[in-house]
Amino acid sequence: MVNNTVIFIAVAVALTILSFLLDRKKTVMGLKKGWNMFRNIAVPFLNILILVSLVLYLVPPSLIVEYLGAGSGFRGMAIAAFVGSITLIPGFISYPIAAVLIQQGASYTTVATFMTTLMMVGVVTFPLEAKYLGKRVAAIRNGLSFVSAVIIGLLVGVLL
Amino acid sequence: MKAIPAHYKQYIWLMVYLLATAASFAFGFNPGREVFVNFKKFFIEMISFIPFLFIIVGLFDVWFPKETVEKHVGQESGFKGIFLVIILAMLQAGPLYGAFPVAYILYKKGASIKNIFIYLGAFSSLKIPMLGIEIGYLGLQFTLARTLVSLPLFIVVGYFMEWYLKDRDFKVNQL
Repeated sequence: MVNNTVIFIAVAVALTILSFLLDRKKTVMGLKKGWNMFRNIAVPFLNILILVSLVLYLVPPSLIVEYLGAGSGFRGMAIAAFVGSITLIPGFISYPIAAVLIQQGASYTTVATFMTTLMMVGVVTFPLEAKYLGKRVAAIRNGLSFVSAVIIGLLVGVLL
Repeated sequence: MKAIPAHYKQYIWLMVYLLATAASFAFGFNPGREVFVNFKKFFIEMISFIPFLFIIVGLFDVWFPKETVEKHVGQESGFKGIFLVIILAMLQAGPLYGAFPVAYILYKKGASIKNIFIYLGAFSSLKIPMLGIEIGYLGLQFTLARTLVSLPLFIVVGYFMEWYLKDRDFKVNQL
């Protein structure tokens, strides 16, 4: 985590200086934009951190290892893919959850599957998607995304 | 009773939690303290990189406005066309259902079926702000592995959809 922080700070500072030298006005605009985006997500983010802290206290790591760990096999994948498909968790909120799952012993495969279905398969938003693409095409897109997510999960598990 | 505006609702959780935590410490309620230990750890983790991430994202937004890319999408085909829709997708933000209005614009501008679906795939999981958060939480290795595995699959899905929908008069509707 410390390494990450150093990288993010270094990149942010370097880019800000570079941008400032190239164009002062643009830089101020960019920083304002970034600040606004941060402000918009700050409270929802804190809320989800509260929820994760609570769940982490209530759910013992052994349970996570059993259901989502490396040995959970097909069942772990199925749980991850199912939960990822039916829930509608904004992306930035799902990452702290994913990080905790990994820290508590979930496998990379299940987490990658969970993240990908979360992002690509939308059961809740299906009616909206169907209005744009038509029911059949929306169904095919979601189906293919589901299959892709499983493949992505398996391959990420092999790579890491 | 007057309804509480949605904007303020998000603060209720936070207030309730902070009060409960203060009470836990005051009365020596152990579970409350342990949950706070977790929370503190997550909070430090978050505050140590998210603000810097948004500085990067904000600057990116100003220097590489998506409107410039949008202008060229649709006219370009082949490898360049695929590359452009992926870049356009990476510059976006927000949940997947926000991608469909843009898919309509792409469709209107004459983008191929293949590129529309590659766009949707790339939008769902390659957006720059999201990649930044992913690197922060899950590490560069995980992010790279997931990205490199995902991208070819999105392109395959794009080709499949084009093949499947070619003669079925596919269109993207406007709402």
